[in-house]
Amino acid sequence: MKNPIKYLSLVLASIVVLLPLTVVLFAAFKTHAEYNSTGPLTPPRNWFNFDNFATAWTEGRMLLGFWNTTVILVISLTGTILVGTLAAYAVSRFDFPFKRLVLGLFLVAALVPGVTTQVATYQIVKSMGLVNTPGSAIVLFLGTDIISIYIFIQFMQSIPPSLDQAAMIDGATRFTIYRRIILPLMKPAIATVAIIKGIAIYNEFYIPFLYLRSPDLSVISTALFRFKGPYGAQWETIAACTMIVILPTVVFFLLLQRFIYNGITAGATK
Amino acid sequence: MTTTMERPAAVKPASGSKIRNRSLTPWLYLAPALALLITFTYVPVGNMVAYSFTSWDGLDVTMEPVGLDNYVKVVTDERYWRVFLISGYYFAASFVQIAIALYFAVILSFSTRFRNLFKGILFFPYLLNGVAVGFVFLYLFQPDGTLDTVLRWVGLGDHTKFWLGDPDIANISLAGTSVWRFTGLSFVLFLGAIQSIPSEIYEAAEIDGAGDWHKFRHIIVPGIRRIISLSFILAISGSLSVFEIPFIMTGGANGTRTFVVQAYETAFQFRQIGLASAMAVVLLLIVLLITWFQRRLVPDEEVTLS
Repeated sequence: MKNPIKYLSLVLASIVVLLPLTVVLFAAFKTHAEYNSTGPLTPPRNWFNFDNFATAWTEGRMLLGFWNTTVILVISLTGTILVGTLAAYAVSRFDFPFKRLVLGLFLVAALVPGVTTQVATYQIVKSMGLVNTPGSAIVLFLGTDIISIYIFIQFMQSIPPSLDQAAMIDGATRFTIYRRIILPLMKPAIATVAIIKGIAIYNEFYIPFLYLRSPDLSVISTALFRFKGPYGAQWETIAACTMIVILPTVVFFLLLQRFIYNGITAGATK
Repeated sequence: MTTTMERPAAVKPASGSKIRNRSLTPWLYLAPALALLITFTYVPVGNMVAYSFTSWDGLDVTMEPVGLDNYVKVVTDERYWRVFLISGYYFAASFVQIAIALYFAVILSFSTRFRNLFKGILFFPYLLNGVAVGFVFLYLFQPDGTLDTVLRWVGLGDHTKFWLGDPDIANISLAGTSVWRFTGLSFVLFLGAIQSIPSEIYEAAEIDGAGDWHKFRHIIVPGIRRIISLSFILAISGSLSVFEIPFIMTGGANGTRTFVVQAYETAFQFRQIGLASAMAVVLLLIVLLITWFQRRLVPDEEVTLS
């Protein structure tokens, strides 16, 4: 690989990635008149014009959106981790009839794209009385996907079973072993699953859009989407709102970069 | 590895209740996961098949059976089968995505200045909220928007188009957005796989006088073959279930209606649950068929879970 070509391609790719985001950032700081009179590549005259952000924040009820997203995120993640580690514990530490069948059920489910069954799933969630309550999103995110279970099983297999046996001789019950030995040792795997699933839940649009119709239940995606209609002509406000949604991702990424890469790779390759 | 665990218990003389307990215990741990799996995956799939033979609207107490009518409609009415063709754009785009990701994963696996910065930049779009990405690109593709301005700058001003308004171009614009959004994911997966190839292999190859191309062709590609083939499977199911980008950016207008957008409208706006279910069953069959073919063509060593 010749060096100039290599760096040229990297710089070009960086421009392709960053330019669409930069112009939205520019637009977010422009006044309405300025937006109409300048081109998209012109930087804003005043970098401290936070009017659009203020409008977006209050009109879009962004605080509510962040709050709802956080509640759903925390409950679903805790649930996923408990449900997933319990299941992985059963699979990796017990031998029981129909084990292959159970594993097969999880595997085959991974082949069914979630969006295809939403029409029928909606009827079930509706019959449980969960539509238009945060519970709908929580139960749907809780359904442990194959990737989380896979990561947990992989990791659990690296914990020597002799640890379990030693504890059992000391009179520990199975559940004590899970809670006191397995769970604390699983921290890296739990962090991995929390990162992958956390990103997915923060970014999820279809489920909240379908199940959380009431404006009081807006999560970050649906709060942003609501801007489309009434603010169609006010791009500077939409731009500010988009930046508000992106900002936490930037912070999260800068703080946890290495763990995110590792988490994603662990989730898919192994 | 699992059998050894039961030994200590088996050595002790087990009372009647103990045996019962032993056979039930794993199921207690599995119960929450299995209950969720069955309630939100298998029951819906079963119901969906049942609905697909009715003209149910989602509200009626009775479901009118209509035989194969829904399926006939999905196959013969252009509005319904056309959405499968739209997936073709996204599927083709995923080849572009995999190629770009592979190229950058290879060059960033070896010493490069600002390596971590470039890695971060390339990966970052994957973390962004789908609605935000939709808005960012809606803005980019506006008439006289960013893309048009950039094209004029570099002297390609004649090539400006109605990026989202022209049915011939709209799907390409949307598929391009999808490439922008997901290349980072493929890139990181490839990067991880390439880094798991032991460095001695490269050193040995260098001693034998292998050039960059040879290293790529004979070490890297075979070393990460599995993750490449996994990427293609993900590409197929991904391109069949595209929703957010077209829904947010065009609302399915100008010939950009994908399968999920169409199914969403059929089910939740026009309340034709039966018809929407038939569409979903057809999609599911296609996905399962492709996966089956893929397994036949590239027999996968792993995929067993324990």
